[in-house]
Parts: sequence; structure tokens; C-alpha cells
Amino acid sequence: MSYIGIIITFVFINNFILTQFLGLCPFIGVSKDVESAVGMGFAVTFVMAMASIASWIIYHYVLVPLDIVFLQTISFILVIAALVQLVELVIQKISPALYKALGIFLPLITTNCAVLGIALINVRNDYNALESFIAGIAAGLGFLLAILLMSTIRAKLDSEWIPKPFRGIPIAFVTGGLMALAFMAFDNALLNNLLG
Amino acid sequence: MLKEFTKGLIKENPVFIIVLGLCPALGVSTKVINSLGMGAGVIFVLLGSNIFVSLLKDFIPDKVRIPAYIVIIASFVTIVEMVMEAFIPALYDSLGVFVPLIVVNCIILGRAEAFANKNTIKASILDALGMGIGFTLALILIALIREVFGLGTITLFPIGSFSGVIEIPGLVDSPVRVFGLAAGALLVMGFLKALFTWIEDIRRVK
Repeated sequence: MSYIGIIITFVFINNFILTQFLGLCPFIGVSKDVESAVGMGFAVTFVMAMASIASWIIYHYVLVPLDIVFLQTISFILVIAALVQLVELVIQKISPALYKALGIFLPLITTNCAVLGIALINVRNDYNALESFIAGIAAGLGFLLAILLMSTIRAKLDSEWIPKPFRGIPIAFVTGGLMALAFMAFDNALLNNLLG
Repeated sequence: MLKEFTKGLIKENPVFIIVLGLCPALGVSTKVINSLGMGAGVIFVLLGSNIFVSLLKDFIPDKVRIPAYIVIIASFVTIVEMVMEAFIPALYDSLGVFVPLIVVNCIILGRAEAFANKNTIKASILDALGMGIGFTLALILIALIREVFGLGTITLFPIGSFSGVIEIPGLVDSPVRVFGLAAGALLVMGFLKALFTWIEDIRRVK
């Protein structure tokens, strides 16, 4: 598949949150205000791109040559946990401003299923290094898009009257459901029309 | 002691009350059988990790406890993955990427951190069973609603001459397809959570 195809697929057609259900916890938990949603979105995008590359290297240069592919779940989660720590340290040293913006979200990302998800999906799709990297960035941007839309809608919902049992989390799910309905407009036919 | 078991079923139900482990709850709940398979996997991993964390709680240094828990959990997930792939490959295929993703199911790490590293083995086992069964029941409830309306069927294990698929007359020919799609999962979850909040409110007023 072409690189543009991969980007459109992961941002719109197979949007991680709205069609694959990966990364729902931060989608519901961190979408209360726009600023933290954007911070979380960029932090996830960054870690997903890094994790895609790191897991590709581990898979093709360690797991496959040693014939221990069954250890992929353990090795990927350890690589991601180490990577998140490393990213945290590096950002703290290089850019305190960026650390201030993203810092509190980084520890949460280790247990974000979207990050482990992209590593596993890259392996299943047999992507090469560059394709994995692009898929990581695109899936992260899809996550950013969904969480940003969600946070702006939730900011508006605050001033609306909502039946009491629906306040908070339930209305967020219903909103997410309606967003997912809208995203159904993006399907493989769109990809065929665009790229032929 | 029995309280440790029953609290996970309804009062502290991991999916509907604490709102953890959402990704697999919505991702696999298109068919009842998928929910059962995912539930069994989670119960096994939760039981294993709670037992080991509870046994090792005095030996794991506090600073590296989270990575240590993750390694314990990932080992049990790998066991589940290999067993499922070998014995029930059809189920393994339909659960797809969600089987290895049990590793990052917040319920499991959550119970290790919040319960098993402070309590005895016996309490941890009961806690794991209660939470695991509570999670499974929640998944079955979501899947039942989605499959009955979205496909018009209820899919269970095939036993003997019974194919494992129950067809609902009237719905099987003209199902409400949106329930089976991604949007349906989020809507069903929203309404169920509202229902549980409503019940909780009524109980508190009494």
C-alpha cells in the first residue's frame, strides 16, 4: 500500500479510537478540556511513532533471527515502557517547556493500548520500517483528531442541560458513538476513489 | 472474606462502575462467544498475576514494582495466547489483536497495584475471581445486546448436534446493523453506563 494510503487508512478509515477501540481510556478520561486533550494527543503520537520503529527493530533483528517470536508481547511492552521512560528523560533535559506540557501524560501512555496496538498491528500487516513509522504517526494523528473533536464537543456539552444519569461519562460515550457514525463515511471506497 | 469476591460482580464492577478495561470490552463484544473467550483469558491472567504479585510483594523493590508487575502479567498473557492459538484457533483469530492487548488491560495492573500487593494470597484469589467474573458478565451483557439486535443471533459453543448459534426469529432477517458496528458499541456502552448510574442514584436515595 502506498504511504498516502497508509496515512488515510490510519487517520480516517481505521481510526484507532472510533473504529478499533484502542486508547478509549484516555479518550474518555483526558478529554474534559481542550488543552490537556491536545497535550495527550501529541504525546501519544510521538510515543507511537517511536514505538513503531523500536518494535520493528526488535522484531526483525532480535525475535525473528533467534526464533523467539512468541515472546513478542513481553518484549514489546518492555520496549514501550523503557521508551516512555527514555522519552520522558530526554524531553526533560532538552525542552523543559515541552516537558511541562506533555510530562504528566507520559507515564499514562505505557498502559495505553493504542501504543502496544500499533506495534502488534505493524507486525500483523508485515510493514517495512518506513511503513511502520508512517503508520505509527498516522495512527497517532487519528488519535489526536478524535480526542480533540471530543474535547471541543464536551466543552460545549457543559453548558447544555443533560439528564442526570447521563452526565459525565455516559454522554461522552454517546457522543463518541455519534462521532463513530460520522466516521463511517470514510471507508475503503474513498481510498479507491482517491488513489485509483 | 466473601466480600472480596462479591464486590467485583456489581458494586465495584470493573467495566460499568470503575470504567476500566474499555478497549477489549467494546472491541470484542460483537458476539457472545468472543466475550466468553476474552473473559476466560482475563480471569486466567488476573488470577495468575494476583497470586504472583501477592506472593512476591515482599521481594519486589518498591521502585521497580510496576515493570515487575508488567513482566508477570505479560508472561501469563503469552501463555493464554499460545494455548488459544493451539486449541481454539477460530476464537483466537476473531479476538485478533485483543488477546496480546490483555497486557495493557488496566483492570489487571490496577488490581495488582491496588489490591494484590497489600493483601494475602487468599484474599487476592477471591478478588481476582470476583473482578474477572464481573468483567466477563459486563462483556456478556454488552455482547448480548449487540449480537441480538445487530445480527439477530446468539452465538455460543457448539455442543453435539447443537451448532452453537441461536437465531432470534424476526431479527435474524432484518437486524439493526448499527449495533454490530463500532458506533453501536459506544452507544450501547453509554446507555448501559447511564442505566447503572441511575440505579446507583436510586439506591443511594433509599
